[in-house]
Amino acid sequence: MGFPILSAIVLLPILAGVVLLFLPPKNHKLIYSFALAIALVTFLLSIVVYVGFDATGETFQFVEKYDWLPQLGISYHVGVDGIAAPLVLLTGVVIFTGVIISQRIDDRPREFFAFLFLLASGVFGVFVALDLFALFFFYEIAVFPMYLLIAIWGWKQSREYAAMKLTLYLFIGSVIALVGVLAMYFNSGLNTFDFLALQNANFSPEFQKLWFPFVFFGFAVLGGIFPFHNWSPVGHVAAPTAVSMFHAGVLMKLGAFAALRVGIMLMPEGAQFHMWWILLLTLVNVVYGAFIAMTQTDFKFMIGYSSVSHMGLVAMGLATLNHDGLVGASIQMVSHGVMTALFFAVVGMIYDQAHTRQIPELGGMMKIMPFAGIAFIIGGLVSMGMPGFSGFVAEFPIFMGVWRDTPWIAIVAAISIAVTAAYILRAVGKVFFGELPAALEGHMHDIKISEKLALGILCVIMIAIGIFPGVIVPMVEHGVEAVLALVGGA
Amino acid sequence: MPTETLIWLIPLPPLLAFFLILLFTRKNNALSHTVGVVAAATSWLLGMLVFFAAVGIDHFGEHPFHSAIAWLPTGETFFNIGVMIDPLSAAVLFFVAWTVLMIFIYSIGYHNFGAPKGDHDKPGLPPHGAEDHGHHVPSVEPMYSRFFAFIALFAFGMYTLVVSDNLLTLFVGWEIMGLCSYLLIGFWYAKPSARDAAKKAFLTTRIGDVFMLLGIVALYSATGTLNFHEILRNENVLHMLASSPSGVMGLSAAGLIGLLLFIGTVGKSAQWPLHVWLPDAMEGPTPVSAMIHAATMVSAGVYMVLRMFPLLSAGWHHGDPLTTTMTVMAFIGAFTAIFAATIAVAQKDIKRVLAYSTISQLGFMIAALGIGAYVAAAFHLVTHAFFKALLFLGSGSVIHGMEHGVLHTGEHVDPQDMFNMGGLKKKMPITFWTFLIGGFALSGFPLITSGFWSKDEILADAFANHHYALLITLSLAALLTAFYTMRQITLTFFGAPRTKAADHASENKLVMTGPLMVLSVFAIIAGWVGIPEHFPVIGGLLPNWFHDFVGSSLLEHPHAPDFSWIPLGISLGVALGGLGLGYLVYRKAGAEDPLRKPLGPLYTLLENKYYFDELYTRVFIRPAGVIAEKFSYWFLDRKVIDGVLHWVAENSVNLGLVFRDRFEGPVISGVADWAANSTAAIGRVLRKVQTGAVQQYLLLVALVAFGGLFYYLFTVLR
Repeated sequence: MGFPILSAIVLLPILAGVVLLFLPPKNHKLIYSFALAIALVTFLLSIVVYVGFDATGETFQFVEKYDWLPQLGISYHVGVDGIAAPLVLLTGVVIFTGVIISQRIDDRPREFFAFLFLLASGVFGVFVALDLFALFFFYEIAVFPMYLLIAIWGWKQSREYAAMKLTLYLFIGSVIALVGVLAMYFNSGLNTFDFLALQNANFSPEFQKLWFPFVFFGFAVLGGIFPFHNWSPVGHVAAPTAVSMFHAGVLMKLGAFAALRVGIMLMPEGAQFHMWWILLLTLVNVVYGAFIAMTQTDFKFMIGYSSVSHMGLVAMGLATLNHDGLVGASIQMVSHGVMTALFFAVVGMIYDQAHTRQIPELGGMMKIMPFAGIAFIIGGLVSMGMPGFSGFVAEFPIFMGVWRDTPWIAIVAAISIAVTAAYILRAVGKVFFGELPAALEGHMHDIKISEKLALGILCVIMIAIGIFPGVIVPMVEHGVEAVLALVGGA
Repeated sequence: MPTETLIWLIPLPPLLAFFLILLFTRKNNALSHTVGVVAAATSWLLGMLVFFAAVGIDHFGEHPFHSAIAWLPTGETFFNIGVMIDPLSAAVLFFVAWTVLMIFIYSIGYHNFGAPKGDHDKPGLPPHGAEDHGHHVPSVEPMYSRFFAFIALFAFGMYTLVVSDNLLTLFVGWEIMGLCSYLLIGFWYAKPSARDAAKKAFLTTRIGDVFMLLGIVALYSATGTLNFHEILRNENVLHMLASSPSGVMGLSAAGLIGLLLFIGTVGKSAQWPLHVWLPDAMEGPTPVSAMIHAATMVSAGVYMVLRMFPLLSAGWHHGDPLTTTMTVMAFIGAFTAIFAATIAVAQKDIKRVLAYSTISQLGFMIAALGIGAYVAAAFHLVTHAFFKALLFLGSGSVIHGMEHGVLHTGEHVDPQDMFNMGGLKKKMPITFWTFLIGGFALSGFPLITSGFWSKDEILADAFANHHYALLITLSLAALLTAFYTMRQITLTFFGAPRTKAADHASENKLVMTGPLMVLSVFAIIAGWVGIPEHFPVIGGLLPNWFHDFVGSSLLEHPHAPDFSWIPLGISLGVALGGLGLGYLVYRKAGAEDPLRKPLGPLYTLLENKYYFDELYTRVFIRPAGVIAEKFSYWFLDRKVIDGVLHWVAENSVNLGLVFRDRFEGPVISGVADWAANSTAAIGRVLRKVQTGAVQQYLLLVALVAFGGLFYYLFTVLR
């Protein structure tokens, strides 16, 4: 079995968070260095998982299993498949880059990083959990610190409202999903929460049709599915930069991932029965999100709604239940995660200095922070689905998957591509190439080397996937094969 | 080295140049343009080697150069990407290599290499000139190096597109060019008009791209491959696509896919109704205009439909009635040809005339392809690329000369307005003669110029296949073409200078005029390779090489139209008539267009391009904004969804109050003092974190959650 690497990844951040609380609160430098070191180790561990994953081997790898509450059939059971492994890497990337650019946090950084690490542990836990109870456990661990991170360190004008809205949505969503999971637990009669055991539970079609929407929507709320999406942009706007990166980059994937893992994989017949109308909802997500993003003047709101649109593509890919759609959705989770983390990082860098996020009040950033500008443009190209970048590798299969069954949905969804180009170009044109407003003259300076490093890492990933899709596609296909085997090879 | 290896190498030098310039030589102008030009020259050399290798092979169409590598594993198989040169791409490669190289060289002069730095020049604005020994002289472009980096990337995109053996990498090149056009049209990004134009170009072409992407998706779904050879030279696949219904508007699968791909071309090649971006694209520096409008980007659109022609026309054979997709193409092409030609008649800006003329000529090609005149369309694509690149670079030379005059005299006139010019024939003789050749080629001046042969072939095809409405439309467009071209030449070069600036204009350096001379050679001889065999007197002197060569790209060798005097007569008539008329009307023109009065409101309509920009703003752009903002955002998102949420929240609070007042207070509090104390303690801790109503919600949610949990545990377990 070897080194329990997944447990290490899950536990390291949370332990580091505890250690952090014992560091001297005033010594910001020590706190930051410690956080950075832990984040780096976590990142490296996630790379080890990604590289070590054998795309021709077992479905689930790096498996560990210990009893937890055996009388209730609860165990600590972790492992990654080809869909989860890239998401583990994504989380590692986001925690590392997120910590790098959080250097400017000077309000209680100790607690800030402690909560951020708690959040990271929760996220890692959800991606690797193979026990539904453990999955829920980690899910709540991931959601809970979000509230504090936004409410305490967020943007003063809206943080309380945003934190409340976000927490409410997510908890209610998780409660609904929990009800569905409990239904599965009791209906199966197996007295186990184990994912692999429940796969073979043979739930009756009636049962699946009834309970699938509970599980799927309960989780999909976190994935930002229409009409339960609007906690997300508000949350992004209020959250501090690193938290926004986490929120849009990783947390929203939890929803989509869990909806796939628990919803589609355990109740495939329910999925097939309900998917046609879920597909319609995701279509709304995709187009509606893009249109709203186009009208926003607040930079962060714009990106927040673009996330709604792009996460809609993830859900749409999932809803196709076919090979192409699922592969595309899985890659889109990674691609969007990296891209949106980059967007929020850049916006944060601008906001820290300009103290405004209003697009009309910004300009001339290309001259002040050219590196950030180019990074943002690369992110924009990913967002528009330009070939040669990860966005294309993700969106092309999604559109293929959708086209296969319902061409007209693909056609309508494709509108979003053009709209995305519109808002990205507008933002790029104004913020980076527009004239530097007099109010900002002399108040802005270039970003730090460390920040460039963070942006550079994110860009490299998006380009690498775009040019060599082989670095991710076989792994994801390996995971998708397993899903298709359950869904019935559709 | 095998030819296939050379083909792989063709796109790489410009890409390398792009990175070299941006990373290393950015600060050094001379080094940057050397890197750029050497890269373009290397690609040119490789291109020529490949081209002549291709020409030397018999039955080349059946055995094109091809090489592929595995790129993306898809399940059991791999998605291969590779390069292919067949007769069609060889022909395109030929003109791309020449025009790109000429444009690179020309750019050195156009951006005033060697001139002093401007006194007030800023990156993002065109150079304003410098003070040198008491004289106003041109100043060097502040972002000189960056320009070469961008056009190098542009060239990379085009070469990638041409050598691709599949639709996916073609699309990659296509999109790279789209991006570069954005960067280059908006090169002078500090000008709001340039920024807007860049955005407009990108977005408009992007609309087409979206449909093209869907077409690619559909094609891949239907056939499982995007390889040209496997689809276009495979009768089974084509037959399958032509005979299976698509479920959309009664089209066959091939028809629908073809139509979707064609919409991509409508955007890229600026066909009506997506033509609006191209004239605005003139905001970029002139070499960019030449690059976009002649050599690469708009040609790419036509090249793509030419490439996909077997698919677009699947199920159609020579002499059959046209398929729906082909009819659409013929109609849009012909309409665009005449529509843009009328606008060109009333434009003042020397580059805008050319822009509309480009739209119109591309319409000719699309229309030709729509009636199945595959070779004629390809022929016109090649000749047009040469003479239009020549005309654009020539107009840039004129503008440059005028700018010189403007700087010298200090007179504030628009150096691009033809009504400020006049008499430049004597001031700029090389520019004049080359421009004249280009203009005559565009007008289809008989026998000598290349444009005559290619345009004549389109008309002959239309006549031979009885598409008379199309023939008349295109003939009228050709008449207008000759007319506005002569108008342009007359206003610019003949007569007396209308401004002092024009009087002081001067000829440019060899680095600019050299490329003009090279291109003017091609503007003449490029037509000679396609002279119909039965043409009176000179037919058969040279073999109709182009037809046989490019025609062999198709499975079914296309028919050459039989010779007839009628289309020839039309060709001769419209070209000479239009040229003559243009000269007569404009030879004595002053500052006012002599057509303005007689045409009246029609002239205003043309001058304003039929108000298409305004129409689109009113019909699409503004309503989309309003719907998105007012309906989606404010009404649905903020009012309905948030409204429901707030309603629920409010009532939850009320419910909580009810619990507190009716239950918590009277029933529980009295019983559990210790609980109250510990709650208070927790409350104090929580209050430090945050005050507000949130805890209540959380408590409520947690209560509901645990309530549900316990309910389940106890009811079901029991």
